[in-house]
Amino acid sequence: MPMLHTVNKSPFERRTLDTALRHAVKGSGVLLIEDAVYAAFEGTVVAEKVRAALGDLKIYVLGPDIAARGMSEKQVIDGLEVVDYGGFVDLVTEYDKVQSWL
Amino acid sequence: MSEPWEDDELDGPVRKFMYVNRRAPYGTIYALESLEVVLIAAAFEQDVSLVFMDDGVYQIKKGQNTEAIGVKNFSPTYRALEGYDVEKLYVEKESLESRGLTADDLVVPVQVVDRNQLAELMEEQEVILSF
Amino acid sequence: MKLSILVNEGPYQHQSADSAIQFTKAALAKGHEIFRVFFYHDGVNNGTRFAVPPQDDRNITEEWTKLAKENDLDLVICIAAAQRRGILDENEAKRQGKDGDNIAEGFRISGLGQLIEAGIQSDRLVIFGD
Repeated sequence: MPMLHTVNKSPFERRTLDTALRHAVKGSGVLLIEDAVYAAFEGTVVAEKVRAALGDLKIYVLGPDIAARGMSEKQVIDGLEVVDYGGFVDLVTEYDKVQSWL
Repeated sequence: MSEPWEDDELDGPVRKFMYVNRRAPYGTIYALESLEVVLIAAAFEQDVSLVFMDDGVYQIKKGQNTEAIGVKNFSPTYRALEGYDVEKLYVEKESLESRGLTADDLVVPVQVVDRNQLAELMEEQEVILSF
Repeated sequence: MKLSILVNEGPYQHQSADSAIQFTKAALAKGHEIFRVFFYHDGVNNGTRFAVPPQDDRNITEEWTKLAKENDLDLVICIAAAQRRGILDENEAKRQGKDGDNIAEGFRISGLGQLIEAGIQSDRLVIFGD
């Protein structure tokens, strides 16, 4: 498998998610952690962009960071996969390498 | 470079390392400490690539003069990288253009690559450190 | 699998210090080997035993010390970054003429080469930072 990209910035404050999405080749995975989980929900101005990216990429979001922020997994955009820390570890090992976009 | 803690070279496989610089100098310490990693890494004789993208392109902007902010200007060090056999320097075209810069504005000769070429280069790596 | 972790931010200031611990715990629980945890930039501040967080808060440094003890982890603080930020072990304190050290149990101070070695020796390097 190609690369797993991790992103930890809110898409409303920083452009890191855009950058990661633009540099992720088809078949890559993108994992949203920490403040980047705010990109994962329906009804925001970035939801359409995230949905569009699902055509070429797998997008995951860290459940513990969703819960910590009072957000609801029910509102997560269809097609995104919610994982816990164990799932985070699995993704790191399943993809060939990891790029942490800081 | 002969401090006692810096002699920990080792024999092993050569891996493809890419250092991705995405932040401007001086505003935060990341650019300087990233450069320090690259200088040490050179001693390990790995296959090293250096990327400047997003605000990272400002790290190698010509004409930096830090006298009045009281911080050391470390931009000349990028010119020394060649002496460390770090010769693969890539700059992302879109990052340069969106900042109104060209390769002539940079302190070192670089290879300008577009976003798609850079994405492919990243896929070829084994270890990616993004600062 | 053999994993290494790079921690680039200090404790409490940025969640990445916590994320690194949670990830390390999960990786160990899944039976992976942690080759090394390397602390760089303000991440070196995770290794001072002088921090006293409020009692009802987590103690990140103690968590690392405990994890290291239980799992024989190699927690390495970058010497160059540590010198800038005043993190010292006994040898460094002596070498720099300082009147004490503050490194926490389970951590050691060494060069950036240890990070490069982790990149060479590990199957994956995962970075937590700002």
